[in-house]
Amino acid sequence: MAIDAATVRKVARLAKIAEPEERLEPLARELSGILDWIEQLNEVDTEGVEPMTTAIHTPLPMREDEVTEGGDPAGVLANAPKVANNFFVVPKVVE
Amino acid sequence: MSDLTSLTLKDALDGLAARRFSSVELTRAHVEAIETARALNAFVLETPEKAFEMAKASDERRARGGGGPLEGVPLGIKDLFCTEGVRSTACSRILGEFKPTYESTVTSHLWRDGAVMLGKLNMDEFAMGSSNETSAFGPVVNPWRSDGGNAKLTPGGSSGGSAAAVSAELCLGATATDTGGSIRQPAAFTGTVGIKPTYGRCSRWGIVAFASSLDQAGPIARTVEDAAILLRSMAGHDPKDSTSLPVETPDFPSYVGRSVKGLRIGVPKEYRVDGMPAEIDRLWEQGVAWLKEAGCEIVEVSLPHTRYALPAYYIAAPAEASSNLARYDGMRYGLRVEGANLSETYEATRAAGFGEEVKRRILIGAYVLSAGYYDAYYLKALKVRRRIADDFDEAFQSVDALLTPTAPSAAFNLGEKSDDPVAMYLNDIFTVTVNLAGLPGISVPAGLDANGLPLGLQLIGRALDEGTLFSLAGALEAAAGFRAKPRRWW
Repeated sequence: MAIDAATVRKVARLAKIAEPEERLEPLARELSGILDWIEQLNEVDTEGVEPMTTAIHTPLPMREDEVTEGGDPAGVLANAPKVANNFFVVPKVVE
Repeated sequence: MSDLTSLTLKDALDGLAARRFSSVELTRAHVEAIETARALNAFVLETPEKAFEMAKASDERRARGGGGPLEGVPLGIKDLFCTEGVRSTACSRILGEFKPTYESTVTSHLWRDGAVMLGKLNMDEFAMGSSNETSAFGPVVNPWRSDGGNAKLTPGGSSGGSAAAVSAELCLGATATDTGGSIRQPAAFTGTVGIKPTYGRCSRWGIVAFASSLDQAGPIARTVEDAAILLRSMAGHDPKDSTSLPVETPDFPSYVGRSVKGLRIGVPKEYRVDGMPAEIDRLWEQGVAWLKEAGCEIVEVSLPHTRYALPAYYIAAPAEASSNLARYDGMRYGLRVEGANLSETYEATRAAGFGEEVKRRILIGAYVLSAGYYDAYYLKALKVRRRIADDFDEAFQSVDALLTPTAPSAAFNLGEKSDDPVAMYLNDIFTVTVNLAGLPGISVPAGLDANGLPLGLQLIGRALDEGTLFSLAGALEAAAGFRAKPRRWW
């Protein structure tokens, strides 16, 4: 088994998803099942192959660094769970 | 249901132009059809008021002698597309009642060209699924049922709402997206036409991101010509998406009906997989015979890395997803579940907001990108991806397009595969290669299986050669003469 409960706990913390203790074992089994199936990639000879990160063959376009839109705090905050004085309200970060 | 809802999109455009009916009348027929079809769960948000407002404006434009290429045509929009002022959720709880303050580029093109929005269509959460069962709004039910059976079937996924709505005549066409097969597999399961264009043909701006190097928008429609009309409007360069290709959009509808004589069609032997139903193999043979009769030359080709496409995809796509979905932190929009501190707020929000499949993929993505595993998994997958793309390059040295089945089975029962992620992933075995390589692929309904369920054939083309695909798909459509419709039970 590629992944144990401790690894799931660590990865869930990295991904910022609370997983209850009783879910760790079942998740470890599920994820291991998927990763076992993925292991077949090791059969492919990829010596000297460049990793493919995009299907686009043209270089990324450049553009002028200009202001296109903005100055719309109401629009930016329209969907915020908590707002005060045109700011997002977030939990305290620094004690 | 009515004469107006059973029209093709092309016939509807002709009828509107000839003043045989108005956009308001056409829209009313569809709004009524949607109201009586709620058992399908295809729409997660109906917007009849907006639809009538848009239809009225369209009729006024037409009365003044104006009008665009989609003038007055009512469409459904997959809930992955952000629509200004209209709730857009990607069918996830984490987006809650999110109402975008902007319009996606693709949908803005549709409205520019005169189309009418009927509402937002159901889908797998964040487009992660092949059966529509991961939607926070519950699964869509396929309008098709087996002969004599009444079991609920999946419409496929992730664009299951789009496919079901088009098949059940609730809209004349729909937007959809395809990261691993999410346009083509639902099209095959519902007897509709779906095309995933070349990566970069349609702007991704304003479409909720799943795996950015693979996501592409495309239409689902009832005919090849309708799909071509819709894609012509959806496509086009957009400076707001740096991967949008700065190329002209061809007049796709003009390719439908063109002769395909002399085209070389490759049949990849690796797509003949173990356990594939004999009916699908027979339909594939039939497709080969149809294209041969139309004057094509058939060539067997080899795509040796085909079987590695799905495992490579299930590293690359979750890796990109885990990064893209990091934005759902409960701070700026959507759901927030308060915790004792910032970290606990993040963790509680994401635990409550994401469904099980989405969490599974985020965890896999975070794992394969984490220290110590990046090279073994992520980098390896990207190298295999290159191998798969090279296979296609090699094949397209000697052929103009490839013919394959779209999916390894017909529509299956809801619930049948939901406990086995890998079995579910195998649905995309014939479609996912195209996403990895960035190529266009189209699914055309080609026949029914022994239970009376639709089956599709897929054509794969060279990058930016959707035109040839539309010609070939038109030839297949004409030869197959697929006229079957689902029996109305809803």
